[in-house]
Amino acid sequence: MFSFKERAIKFIFSCLAFSCLLFLLAIVVILFWQGAPLFSYMDFSQFFFGKSWYPTSQPPEFGIFPLISGSLIVTLGAMVVCVPLGIGSALYIYELSGPNSKKILKPIVEILGSIPSIVFGFFALTIAAPAIQQFFNIPTGLCALTASIILGIMAIPTITSISEDALSFVPNSFREASYALGANKFQTLFKVTIPAAASGISTSVILGMSRIVGETMTVLMVSGGAAVITSSFFSPVRPMTATIAAEMGEAAFGSLHYQALFAIALVLFMTTLVFNVIAERISQKYALKLGANR
Amino acid sequence: MLEQNIRVKAKDVSFYYGQKRALKDLNINFFTNKVTAFIGPSGCGKSTFIRLLNKMNDLIPNTRAEGKILLDDENILDKKVDAVKIRRKIGMVFQKPNPFPKSIFQNVAYGLELCSMSKKEMERVVEESLQKAALWNEVKDRLRDNALGLSGGQQQRLCIARCLAVEPEVILFDEPCASLDPISTSKIEELILELKKQYTIVIVTHNMQQAARVSDWTAFMYIGELIEFSPTKEIFVVPKEKKTQEYLSGRFG
Ligand SMILES: Nc1ncnc2c1ncn2[C@@H]1O[C@H](COP(=O)(O)OP(=O)(O)OP(=O)(O)O)[C@@H](O)[C@H]1O
Ligand SMILES: [Mg+2]
Repeated sequence: MFSFKERAIKFIFSCLAFSCLLFLLAIVVILFWQGAPLFSYMDFSQFFFGKSWYPTSQPPEFGIFPLISGSLIVTLGAMVVCVPLGIGSALYIYELSGPNSKKILKPIVEILGSIPSIVFGFFALTIAAPAIQQFFNIPTGLCALTASIILGIMAIPTITSISEDALSFVPNSFREASYALGANKFQTLFKVTIPAAASGISTSVILGMSRIVGETMTVLMVSGGAAVITSSFFSPVRPMTATIAAEMGEAAFGSLHYQALFAIALVLFMTTLVFNVIAERISQKYALKLGANR
Repeated sequence: MLEQNIRVKAKDVSFYYGQKRALKDLNINFFTNKVTAFIGPSGCGKSTFIRLLNKMNDLIPNTRAEGKILLDDENILDKKVDAVKIRRKIGMVFQKPNPFPKSIFQNVAYGLELCSMSKKEMERVVEESLQKAALWNEVKDRLRDNALGLSGGQQQRLCIARCLAVEPEVILFDEPCASLDPISTSKIEELILELKKQYTIVIVTHNMQQAARVSDWTAFMYIGELIEFSPTKEIFVVPKEKKTQEYLSGRFG
C-alpha cells in the first residue's frame, strides 16, 4: 500500500519532469517542420549570406545576413555594457562591500532582473532614444547604440547573480591562505578569488549573452527596424528576434515568408542552445575543480 | 627563562566577537626556537588566540581586541600596525590543508610573487622551501601539476612549504594534523621538530600525545582563560592547577 503510494508519487513527478522534455521536443520538431521547406526554395548559403531581406517584394528575398549583423552588433555593444558592470557589481557586492551596502545592493540587482522587458523598452523609447539622438546629433535615437545600452542593462542581473554564486563557491580557506601569506585585499581578489571563480564568471557571461541574443520586446521597440547590413552603432538595425516579432502577424500561414521566419527562429534556438551547452560544460568542469576542496 | 629569549609577548589580551567575550586577560610568552602547544576543550578560544597573533581576526567584522601582543616592541593588536608586515613575519598553517587550485610551484611561489622577485631566485626559494617541508623528493618531477592532486598529508606539507617560502620568524599551526592519517601526522611532527631550530612555533592540538611529543611549553586554556602555562615536561607529569589535572585525566573536554 505504502509502496504503491510512493510509486504513484514518483510517477507523477516523473511525468511532470518529462513534460518539459516533451515541450522542448515539440518546439524543435515544429521549428524544423515549419522552417525546413524553405530550403527547397533556396539553399543555406543564400539564406545565411544573402544580403537582402525583402520578404514582400516580387520575387521575395530571404537573405538573413542583415538580420544576423543586426543581432551581432547589438549583442557586441550590449556585452561592452553588461560584462564590466555585471562582473564589477558582483565583485563589489560579494568581495568588497561591507555587510550593510550588501544588504541594499543585492536586492536592487534582483529587482532590476525582475523588471519586465516591455518596461525597459518603454523607458528606452521615451527617455533613452531621444537623449541619445540629441547627444550624438543623429537622425534617430532608435539605433543599435540605444538597443545595446538597454539590452546591456537588462543582462546585468543575470551576470551579477551567477558571478556572485561563483564567488560564493570559492572556499573561504583560499582567501584566508592568501591573506596569511601577506597578500592584501586586491592581490587576494585578483590572484586567488577571481581565478578560482573564473569558469563560473565566464558561464555568467555566456548566459548573459544568451539572454541578449534572445531578447525580443525591447529590441523590437528600440532597434529602429532597418533590415540593412550595418557596421555603425548609430544606424537603425533589425536583429533576428525583432524581425520575427514584427513580421509573424503579416506572413501568410505556410507561405515562404512564414517558413523563412521559422528558419530564423531555428537559427536563434540553435545559437542560444550552443551558448547554454557551453555554459553548462564550463560550470561542470568548475564544480569538479573545486569539488575536491569543499 | 631569560627575557631576551622571548619572541612574542602577550599582555592582558581580551577578545570580543560582538558582545561575546572569547578571551579573558591572557598573559603568555612565546620563546625563540621553542614549540609552544595550546590544549584545551573545544571552543575555549585556542584558534581565536593564535589568529590574533597574525591579525587574521581583523578580517572578521564586529570584533574587538584589548591588551597587547608585542613582536619586536610593536603591538600587533594595534589597528594601525600593517597586517601585511605582521603576516610576513608570522606565518600560519591551517587545520584543513588549503592549497590554491594552482600548480605545486605556483602555490609555493605565491607569497614570493607578491614582492617582486627574479625568476631564478624564485625557483631557488621554491626548491629550498619544499626541501625544508620534506616534500621536494615527492614532487620534484611534477611541480607543474595541480596541487589539489596531492594527498592530504602532502597538501599540508605543501602549505607548510608555502608558508616557509616567505621566510617568517614565527609559525602558527592550528590543528595541522586534524584531517591527516597517522603516517602523515608523524611526518608533520618530525617536520615541526626540525623547523623549531630556525623558527618560533605555536601549535594548537587536540592530541595530548602530540603536544607531549613536539612541544617544549604547553598552555592549557579553558573557556577563554589561560589556566596554566608550564614546560611540557612538567605539565603532563605534575600539573599545578586542578582544572589542568582534570582535563588531562580526561574528566571533561
Ligand atoms: N567568527 C566567530 N563569531 C562569533 N563567535 C565565534 C567566532 N569564532 C569563534 N567564536 C566563538 O569563540 C569561542 C572560541 O572559539 P575558538 O574557535 O577560538 O575555539 P577553539 O578553542 O579553537 O575550539 P576548537 O578546538 O573546536 O577549534 C567559541 O565559543 C566560538 O563559538
Ligand atoms: Mg580551533
